[in-house]
Amino acid sequence: MTSTPPERFRGRRALRSRVALTAGRAAGWASRATGRGAGAQVSGRVMLRIDPTLIRSLATDKRVLVISATNGKTTTTRLLRAILEAQGEPVASNDTGANLASGIASALARTAPSSFCVLEVDERALPRIYNALRPELLVLGNLSRDQLDRFGEVHTMANAWRAMLDTHPGQVVIANATDPSIAWAAAPANTTWVQLPPGWRDDATTCPQCGALLHFDGPSYTCVTCAWHNPDATIALDEHILTLHHPTAPEGAPRHQQIPLTLSLPGRWNLENAALAIAAATQLGIRPAHAAAAAQTVGAVSGRYTQYSLADGRPARVMLAKNPAGWSEVLEYLRDGDAAIVLTINARAADGKDPSWLWDVPYELLAGKTVAAAGERALDVAVRLRHAGVECTVFEDPLDAAHHLPGRRIEIVASYTQFHALTRRLHRSIIAPSAEEIS
Amino acid sequence: MTNDSAVRIALVYPELLCTYGDRGNAIVLTNRLRWRNFAVELIECPANAPLPAAVDIYCIGGGEDAPQALAATGLRESATTISNARDRGAAVLAVCAGFQLICESYTDTDGTTSAGLGLVDATTTARAPRCIGEVLMRAHESLGLTGEDALVTGFENHGGRTTLGPGVIPFGTVSIGTGNDDAPEHGTRVDGALGERLIGTYLHGPVLARNPALADRLLEWIIGPLPALPSPLEARLHAERLDNARRRGFSAWRRDKRLARG
Repeated sequence: MTSTPPERFRGRRALRSRVALTAGRAAGWASRATGRGAGAQVSGRVMLRIDPTLIRSLATDKRVLVISATNGKTTTTRLLRAILEAQGEPVASNDTGANLASGIASALARTAPSSFCVLEVDERALPRIYNALRPELLVLGNLSRDQLDRFGEVHTMANAWRAMLDTHPGQVVIANATDPSIAWAAAPANTTWVQLPPGWRDDATTCPQCGALLHFDGPSYTCVTCAWHNPDATIALDEHILTLHHPTAPEGAPRHQQIPLTLSLPGRWNLENAALAIAAATQLGIRPAHAAAAAQTVGAVSGRYTQYSLADGRPARVMLAKNPAGWSEVLEYLRDGDAAIVLTINARAADGKDPSWLWDVPYELLAGKTVAAAGERALDVAVRLRHAGVECTVFEDPLDAAHHLPGRRIEIVASYTQFHALTRRLHRSIIAPSAEEIS
Repeated sequence: MTNDSAVRIALVYPELLCTYGDRGNAIVLTNRLRWRNFAVELIECPANAPLPAAVDIYCIGGGEDAPQALAATGLRESATTISNARDRGAAVLAVCAGFQLICESYTDTDGTTSAGLGLVDATTTARAPRCIGEVLMRAHESLGLTGEDALVTGFENHGGRTTLGPGVIPFGTVSIGTGNDDAPEHGTRVDGALGERLIGTYLHGPVLARNPALADRLLEWIIGPLPALPSPLEARLHAERLDNARRRGFSAWRRDKRLARG
C-alpha cells in the first residue's frame, strides 16, 4: 500500500530534493570555508548524486536564460548579468565558469523563485541538459574547433543543436547569423538573428545542408550547389555601432535604432559578445541603450582581462585563448598594442592534448614584437613562432618569462589550464580594475 | 623537378583538409628550404580549382568527414595531374584523411565506400572507437634515418583502420599508440605507408614540425643532398617529445605489469 505524504508536505519540493539541496549547500560552505574554492562544482555534484532530476525541478520556477558557444560564453553571461542587475533584477549565474551539470545545479539552487538565472552551458552538454532547463531564452554565439582529441567535429555539434531545436520550434533564440554552423543549428527555432562582423570561418567552409563549398561575401554566405544561405538579421554589429531593425514597429515608431557601443573590455570579440547580450536583453523588454550602458561597466570577467601587478611592479594582463578562433581574435588585438607578450600553453586534457592547432593560428601577426613562449608545451610554441618569423625566448614558467621581458606592460595569453593556474597565483596582486581600456 | 628554379610546395585544399594543423608540414618544408637559401614557393590550392601540375611536393592534410568526401571528388578529378607530376619526380606527403584519400578506398561507418586515388595499395574502414593519442614509432629503414632521427613522434586522431596490401611498406613500426590498425593481422602495429617519394601517415603534430630529420629526408627526394641546417629548437622539441613518449610508455608498461599481477 502506498502512503500519501501528510498535507503539509504535499506540493512542496520532494524530500529527496530538499535533502539534496541541504547537503549541497553544506558542501559548498565547507569548500569555501576550507579555502578549496568557490564550491560551485562540489555542491552541485553532491546535490546531483542525491537527486539526479534536481536540475529539472530547480529550473521550474526560475527564469532561465542559457548562453552557449565555443568562445565567449563566460563573458556574454557576465554581460547579460550586469544588464539585468542594472535593471534592479535579482540575478544568479554560474559566473565562475562552472558550465556543466554540477555548476548549473548550484547556480539554479542559488536563484530565488521567479528570478533570473543566467547560465553559461558547455556546448557539448547543452543537448543533454536542454530539456531539464527549458530556458526562456537561448543565446547561441559561435561554434568552432576546440579540443578535437576530446570532442570531435564541429558539424556533429551543429547537427546536435539543430536536432535539439527541431523538437522545440517555439524556443526563443538569439543567434549569430554570420556563423554558418549557428545559422544551421538555430534555423528551426523562433530565432532573432544578429549579424556580427565576419571572423574565423575555417571550421565552417562547407554547406551544412549538402556538403558543398560555401561562398563567402563579407558576413553573407551561399552554398554554390544547393543555394542554402545566411539568414536575414534584424540586429547588426558594424565596428562600434549596433543597429536594431524593428520591422513590425507600430506607426510613428522608429524602424531603426543605432546604439554606439563602448566597452571596458578589450578587443573586437567582446563587442560581439556584448551585441549578443544586448540583443538578449532587448528580447526581454530592456531598452538597448540601457543595456549598452550596463555592459560598459564590466571591466573584468572571472580573471580574464584583470590587471595584475608583477613582482617588479609592472602591470600584466592575463587573457584566455582556447582554440584557433579565439587565438586569431586575440592576436589581431595584440598586434595593435605595444605590450610585451607571453604565450603560455599546456596540452593537458582540458587544454586539448594535441597542440597541432598552433599551426592554424596566424602568429605571423606578432612579427617584430617582444615575445616569450612558456608552459608545458613551450617548445611546440617556440618552433611554431620560429616558422612564423617571430623570435622568442623560451621559459617553462610564464611569470619567469614575464619577469625577463622588457617593456612597461605585459600581456599573457594562456591556454585553459595555464590560465587557471596563473590567475590563482596572481589573485593577490590585482591592480584595481580600470574602467578605461588599456591603451 | 620543374623547369622553373623555385621549388614548389602545394598545400592541397586548405579549406577542407587543414583541420588538424597539417598546413604546418607545408610551412616547415618551405622554411627549411628558404633558410638554406633555396628559392621556394608555397602554393595554396583551393578546392574549387584543378590542382596545378608544376609541383614538387603535394601536401595533403587531415579534415572532417564531409570536407573529406568533397576533397575525394576533387582529387580524383586531378588524378592524372598528380600521376604526371610524380612521373616527373614530385613527392607526396599525405596525413590522416589525406592518407586515406590516396589509398584505394575508404568505407565509412554507414558502409558507404568511396574510391581513393589509388597511389597506395591499401583500404580503410571506419570503426569505433577512435584512435587518439601520442604515437612513438621507428621509421622504416628504407628512409635511411639513423639513431634518434629514426624515432618519429606525433599525435593520432582517427576512426579509420587502414589495411596495407601485400608488399606495401609501412611508414614505420609503432611502439606507443595505434597507427593504422588496433588489431593488425600479423600482430605488429604499423603506421602509414611508403611509396615512390611518398609518405602516408596518421601522425599529426604536425609530423614534420616535430621530426625535422624526416622533413629534410623528404626535401632530399627533391633537391638531393642538403646542407646542414642548425635547428636547436626543433632538436629540443624532438628530444622532449621522445622523452615524454618513453615515460608514457614506461608508465603503460608498469601499469600492464600491475594488472597482470592482479
